[in-house]
This record gives sequence, structure tokens and C-alpha cells, in this order.
Amino acid sequence: MKTTELYISERTEDTPLVIAGKVFTSRFLLGTGKFKSKSILEETIAASNAEIVTVALRRIDLERHEENILEYIPKRVTLLVNTSGARNAKEAIRIARLARESGCGNWIKIEIMNDSKYLLPDNNETLKATEALVKEGFIVLPYMFPDLYTARELIKAGAATVMPLGSLIGSNQGLKAKAFIKILIDEIDAPIIVDAGIGTPSQAAEAMEMGADAVLANTAIATAGDPPLLAKAFAMAIHAGRLGYLSTMPEIHDTADASSPLTGFLYEKS
Amino acid sequence: MRNPNPAEGNLLDNENIMMINLAKIKEILNTQSPDLTEDLARQSSGITRQYFGRTITLYTPLYLSNYCSSYCTYCGFNNHNRIDRMKLTTRQIHLEMRQVAQTGIENILLLTGESSKATPLSYLKEAVGIAKHYFTGISLEIHPLETEDYRELYRHGVDGVTVYQETYDQTRYKEIHLSGKKSDYAYRLKTPERVAASGIRQISMGILLGLTDVAEDLWALYHHLGRMERLYPGVEYSLSFPRLRKIKGHDFAICNVDDITFIKIICLTRILFPRVGINLSTRETPRVRDHALGLGVTRLSAGSNTSVGGYATLPLQGQEPQFDIEDTRTVEEMIQLLKTKQFDPVLTDWRPIKNEIV
Repeated sequence: MKTTELYISERTEDTPLVIAGKVFTSRFLLGTGKFKSKSILEETIAASNAEIVTVALRRIDLERHEENILEYIPKRVTLLVNTSGARNAKEAIRIARLARESGCGNWIKIEIMNDSKYLLPDNNETLKATEALVKEGFIVLPYMFPDLYTARELIKAGAATVMPLGSLIGSNQGLKAKAFIKILIDEIDAPIIVDAGIGTPSQAAEAMEMGADAVLANTAIATAGDPPLLAKAFAMAIHAGRLGYLSTMPEIHDTADASSPLTGFLYEKS
Repeated sequence: MRNPNPAEGNLLDNENIMMINLAKIKEILNTQSPDLTEDLARQSSGITRQYFGRTITLYTPLYLSNYCSSYCTYCGFNNHNRIDRMKLTTRQIHLEMRQVAQTGIENILLLTGESSKATPLSYLKEAVGIAKHYFTGISLEIHPLETEDYRELYRHGVDGVTVYQETYDQTRYKEIHLSGKKSDYAYRLKTPERVAASGIRQISMGILLGLTDVAEDLWALYHHLGRMERLYPGVEYSLSFPRLRKIKGHDFAICNVDDITFIKIICLTRILFPRVGINLSTRETPRVRDHALGLGVTRLSAGSNTSVGGYATLPLQGQEPQFDIEDTRTVEEMIQLLKTKQFDPVLTDWRPIKNEIV
């Protein structure tokens, strides 16, 4: 048995990740951009054990079968088409409709960016697109800047999850937005999937330890020397982080904690 | 979105856009140190890998017309050059596009000379309408238009516009753009802003290397791009650095840009603008193209023919090309080369959605 399978088959008290009524045992979502070849992508998906894989509609060659990225994604995986390239809600809605008409299903990750330098998501437009697409029957997973008010509105509008960014997309900077993601974890009653900026397995573990429900990674893995190996490492780290979270880990202290009580003498019978 | 009305022609007013000064660019380009070149290349290739991964987008240029009312001394299409003038008919546009589409190309760059008379908006709209049947990404390299006209083309399905300032040295600009609309420096300078205001999502800017001091032109281009990024952050920008080529035996380059300088320009650009696209055309030799791949370039033209009707209509008649091609490899050969070099060739990079003015 492979090491990852060993870890994942371990008995835990965990409940599975449920998104829009669908049950997932893996808490690792994989993005498919930037890989050097489709066959490496295929190997990486297998190594990751990911059950949800995102694909940009702009990169799907719908007309041709050879080289069509969808041919490299196993059928067991839930396809999550993203709206990469959309600059506003209207464009995201059109891309989502086109994805569904093209047979790519109705799970859609809304990605709306109107800044080609920082690629930060536009929360206002994301909310508009979410409201519209939920009404049209899509399962909507919005990528967002971790803002509590927007997250509440997104869930109110019917989003299946919220996907706050850890840091700038593709930056590998990790959890720069940690404090604000933590607020979403504490306050939002829907799965929180940390997306963007997660560059190392330890960063993914950190997100899971603080209570994130899942992590999405792409750039770090796609641009690694050995993408399948790093995908496997991410899978293990995400699982380890989850177990850590479930264990209700002791808090981290800045000072040493005396193991003998300092005020015990007050209660001793003289 | 902010919409300031900056002084006409003044690009150097916004000091905080730039993080590098002209002296530094000159120093980098002029220092004859292999170590410096290597250092630039290492930084640049690392950044490119981080932001673009190992992917290269392929596109093919398609010349619709070589009619031109401008007299630009370095260009094979200039109105003083006695060449056969031709404009593709509707049927010919179909033939040419079908031929290109058969190679698997999905991104097409449609080009014309600078003649609003020969290739008016109605003609361009028709060509774009036909292109939508064959390609998923449509860009134009045509004479500069008004915002309203760009908006019209955007609605018809145009995703990108390429417009090079050629040089930012105004004196030199006047010397080489002798007549026609293109001789209006300021109008051309403001073209990217008019394109962006129309809603078009991709803009490609550039300078023609060899017309004047390269460092000064590069510095001005960086300012122009920096300014565009501030004004229109939602646009996807890319840059091109075509090196001046001979036309019909004339060599117009007043300073030749050697391969070392050329590679340094690509690397420096990548380091300063991590997310900007960098295009490389078939003007460059296979040797330079193959090596520039991992260093910062993100978009390659392939299977190019720079003559009007060169793909299917008049392949045997030897139309005069706009410039001579150095890399004659086919799209399929480029795809195989990219795979061998462990790059994923990206053919489809956009799905046409109905463009609507926001």
C-alpha cells in the first residue's frame, strides 16, 4: 500500500467534506493551469487523489479531441470549470453558461479579475455573478478576497462554499490573509476552501490546522520539478493539517509554561 | 475606473510608475558582461515559470491587405514602394482562414496596411465576422481608429489590438514617418488608451528596435505600459520587440541590436513586468526563438506568411512580404518543438463570449 493511501485510510473522527450535497473524502482541490504537458497533468491528478479539479473554460479546446484538456481528467473527478478571463459579472455569467452548454457540467468557480497586475478578485462583481448563476441552477464556488461581509452575502445568495485567497495568486506567499480567513472559518456556515497563493505543503497544512475545510493549489505544483511528487506531498500535508485541527491542538504560547502551579501554595492546607 | 485627461504626448509625468531609471537601463544594455546576462536570464526565467508555468501560446498572422496611405521608410508596404497592392475578397478571406485553421491555430492576428480607404471599418467588421467561424481568439493590427470604431469591432468579436509606437523619439519618428496618418505621433501615442476605453481585453504594444537609441525607447515604452496599467488595469498587456529587418535591399537600422542585447531586453522586461505577455515573431531566427522560449517569451507566432494571400490565395505568385521571415517552421513543427522542450503549446486561450459594452 502506498504511503498516502495509508494515511488517508487511517481511522479519524472526521466527517467528510460535503459541497452542495456531494460527499468528498479528499480535501485537496487541484488546478490544471501552467503544466508543461497534459500527460504530467494526468499523473499529477492521480498522485493528488483530488476529487475536484478546476479547469479554465478559456483553455478547453471544445472543438478538438486531441489535446483537449478534458481528455486527461478522469471521470471519477468532479469538474469545476472556472471563469478565468472574466472581468465582470456579465462575462463570468456568459462563460458559465457556455461551459454548461458545452457539457462541462454545472459546477462553476467564479473568478472575476479586473486587474492584470495583481489578479485580485473583484468581490462586488463576484457577488452579482453568484446571485445570477445560483438562480440559473449552477453550483457556485466563488473565489474571493477574504471579506466577512462579502462572504455572508455570497452564502445568502446561495454559494456552495466561499474560496478566499491565501495571498496573491501564483505568488507562493502562503497565508498572508490568515487572520481574515480565520474570521470566515469562525463565522461562515459553509465550507471554506483556501485558494490562491499556497506554495508549499506546510502552508497548506497551516490552512487546514486553523480549520479550513479544503485547500486548492495549482501554480506551485504545476511549476515544480516533479509535479506528481509535490501533489502527493500536498495531499499528505492537507490530511495531516486536518487531523491536527480535529485533535484540538494545544495553543501555541510565547513563553514557557511552568508545569508546577505557581499559586498552588495558596490552597495547601497548612 | 479613473479617466484622467493627461497632457497630450507627455508620458514621463508619473514618476512613481517606474522603478528603474534610464541610466540603469543603459548600464544593463551596454555592460558587456556574460555574468550580468546570465543573471538577468536566471531571474527572468524563474519569474516566467512562476507566472506563466511552462506554457507558450501560439498565434498566426494573416494579412488582409497591403494598401497603405502612409510613408514609413522602413516598411515594405509604404505607399512609395512599388509593389502589387491587394486586398482579400470575402471568398479569399475564407480560403486563407480555412488554410490557417487547418494547422490547429485558434489565435489569429489580422493585419492590414494603414489605409482607412482600402480597409474601412465595414471591411474589418466583415473580416472579423468571418474569422469567428474559424478561430476562438481574434486580434487586429491595423491603422489606429477612434474609440467608437474599436467599440464596434469589440462588439463584433475582437479580443485584442496590436499597436506599436515604433519609436518614442519624436524627432526620429518624424524622420521616418514622412506622410499619412501614421506621421501623427500624438494620435498614435494615444491609440492604446482609445483601444482600452472601448472594452477590448488585450493590447499589444511595442517598439521597433534599431530606429534610435534602444535604451531610451525601452524606457519610454516601460513608462507607456506602466501608465496604461494604471489607467486600465483590467486589460491584458503584451509587448513585442521586433528588430528592424531589411526590405528590398534597404537597411534602415541606425543601430543594430545584437542577440545579446535582444535577450537582455526580453529578460529585463520580464523582471520589471512579471505578468506582461512577451511576443516573439518569425522575424527572429529559429536559434534565437528556441532559446528565448524559457527566458521570458510567452507568445510565439508560428507558420507565418507576411504576404497578402500568402496561405492559400496566391502562394505561387510571390507577393511582396511586409518583412522577410527567418523562422519558416510550420505550426505542427513548432508544437512538436515545444513539447520536446517540455512546454505545453497553448492553442486555445479564449472562448468567444458575446462582447458587451459595460
